[in-house]
Amino acid sequence: MRRVFAALAAALLCASGGAAGSLPGVDQALVESDAMPPKLSAFGLFRGNDPKTPATGIGYALRAPLFSDYTDKHRFISIPVGRKAKILADGTIDFPLGTVLVKSFGWTDVNAARPVETRLLIRRASGWAALPYIWDADGKDATLALGGRRLPVTFKSPDGEVHSIRYAVPNKNQCKECHSLNGEIVPIGPKARNFILDPAASAKLRGVYFENPAALKPAMPQWDDPKSGSVADRARAYLDVNCAHCHNPAGSASNSGLFLRWTDNPAGVNYGIGKRPTAAGRGSGGMDFAIAPGDPAHSFLLYRLESTDPGIAMPELGRSTVHKEGAALLRQWIAEMPKASH
Amino acid sequence: MRFHGFHAATLAVLAVLAAHPAVAKTISVSSTTPDANEKLQEALILAKPGDIVQLGAGVWKLVDGLSLDVANVTVRGAGAGEGGSILDFTGQQGAGEGLLVTSDDVYLTNFAVLNTKGDGIKSKGADRIVYHKLRVEWTAGPKETNGAYGIYPVESTDVLIDSVFVRGASDAGIYVGQSKNIVVRDSIATENVAGIEIENSYDADVHDNIATKNTGGILVFDLPSLPMQGGHNVRIFENIVNDNSTPNFAPKGNIVASVPTGTGVLVMANRHVEIFDNVLADNGTANVMIVGYRYEHKDAKYQPLPRDIVVRGNQHGKAGYAPAFEGGAQIAAALGGSIPPVLWDGAGDAVVLDKVGVLSLNLPDVATPRDQAKPAPADLSKGTPPAALPTIKLPDTMEAKVR
Repeated sequence: MRRVFAALAAALLCASGGAAGSLPGVDQALVESDAMPPKLSAFGLFRGNDPKTPATGIGYALRAPLFSDYTDKHRFISIPVGRKAKILADGTIDFPLGTVLVKSFGWTDVNAARPVETRLLIRRASGWAALPYIWDADGKDATLALGGRRLPVTFKSPDGEVHSIRYAVPNKNQCKECHSLNGEIVPIGPKARNFILDPAASAKLRGVYFENPAALKPAMPQWDDPKSGSVADRARAYLDVNCAHCHNPAGSASNSGLFLRWTDNPAGVNYGIGKRPTAAGRGSGGMDFAIAPGDPAHSFLLYRLESTDPGIAMPELGRSTVHKEGAALLRQWIAEMPKASH
Repeated sequence: MRFHGFHAATLAVLAVLAAHPAVAKTISVSSTTPDANEKLQEALILAKPGDIVQLGAGVWKLVDGLSLDVANVTVRGAGAGEGGSILDFTGQQGAGEGLLVTSDDVYLTNFAVLNTKGDGIKSKGADRIVYHKLRVEWTAGPKETNGAYGIYPVESTDVLIDSVFVRGASDAGIYVGQSKNIVVRDSIATENVAGIEIENSYDADVHDNIATKNTGGILVFDLPSLPMQGGHNVRIFENIVNDNSTPNFAPKGNIVASVPTGTGVLVMANRHVEIFDNVLADNGTANVMIVGYRYEHKDAKYQPLPRDIVVRGNQHGKAGYAPAFEGGAQIAAALGGSIPPVLWDGAGDAVVLDKVGVLSLNLPDVATPRDQAKPAPADLSKGTPPAALPTIKLPDTMEAKVR
């Protein structure tokens, strides 16, 4: 994360200097049109089309990121000069027209650490648009992949295990399946409770991009830092980011009745405690409950998290490997629940 | 069944319709195109309202689930049988279903979806969807490793499932959940755990179907702790529900894993379900079973009893000769080898006008444990049925698509 921010720092210096409404390099008219340009370079989001050097913008990270096959994600926001994002009372961030959330995915040991794909979420007059781009073999530009694609990659996870997978770049619809609220596309990660602005960004710069930057106070613990919160709180943060984008009453998994937002009652049946499978099919793994308190071996929430079989695995998209560290956290959380509370 | 015929005629009609709208176009995709999976997905993304995505004939070897999120699109193949458009997901690597539809006014017709890892075709929040002349099949037959649902509309208003064939689902072949105003007709469900299931839904007509060789033929369920519950107003009529003898192969934990082999029509919880003019035969546990939801739950709003259930005018063949619930064999032995064709657990209320026997387990409520059952014949013919439910009417635009 520190590396990402450092790379961004230089670019940020010029961010406040542009003319109102236009950014150096960024084709704001294209951004705000309904176009889906075949090449990523058309947007002018990067300097020299290097995905780690934004033309302008402000970098950010997340307290708990969505697991995506151990990819490193480089994130930044491009907001047209003269417009500002606003943090709303409920912690969601209202980004202005013309905002682009840019997220590049790669592995340090793949392709000389260059990203393999860059996904854009663009705030257009018609709503948010999600566009997936795959970097070309020569690394000079990236090409729109509306239909998604499987890319064979081999990488090492932090525990040293070598994974050879067919990494799935999502298609445009799959972007929406996760980024969906009441059938409309919305950002997942950037919420005040989960949002970390580049610490190198000056107060002035924050004020350029945000109307009320002081409201960006991450309330959620960092899922993998025991000092930042209890096991239960870190598990809830993990579930919020990795599951609740679908598992909420207006999301893609609304019909499941399993709701895993940070704000949901973690003792309730709708949080999975003693909840029987709904439309789970093989995902039940022969178990009766999503979460059987004190009994991770009979909690099929964990079973689904630890599977890569498409008929079983959760999340349904964006994962071809098991996030062992995330699963371990949830296992500990369930194991530590008093059995009597069920 | 209309399933295997009339392709040529249908295509001719559709060709005329396709030519009609000024801007609508047909996007043809061939199964032999390199990267056919990606090309087909792109077509489904780039389609505009009114367009037809035409699937070429042949076997499509697909590795990732498909999805459609554009309203008023037709996805049309060259047929659901051999020689048609066969979407084969045997090598599927990702996504929870073969095809996911999340937009309104979609028409799916004349293709097959085979061997998906999860569900076959799912539509969620997709109002006025029409499933027509489709086949969803797990070709190795009943296996616990098959996907859960074959045809799976959920959270939708106005659903038409017409002339489909579903085989091998490890949960329900045709499953309609948390939806309103539903018609399932002229379809075949065979060798699934549940043939056809209407769950947590309001206002459904299920008629002129064949549910055979499933574990349970036609199920009407209501379950707790879900966003939409209180299922009611379902009519099951003029179906053939016979020989539902396939041993239950559902993964344990799922509600259908508790369905006894040999179940014809099963109502669990729900209010006002009419079962009439069906042919019910060779269901070893019961032709009709009416029960409460007996699992522990913490949902104060949930109504676990079956209420206002009406059974009338059905033809009953042999039933009850192999009751596959706990204690069933002993009861059958005590009654001379088989139990009556209609089985009621004793809770809630039902009116049975069919001239066949009814066995009540005499469990007065859902809290009384099953081991306290006092099975005895019951006469449920004296009650007054509620006023008959009206026929479900779907928007004309939907009926026009399949006419």
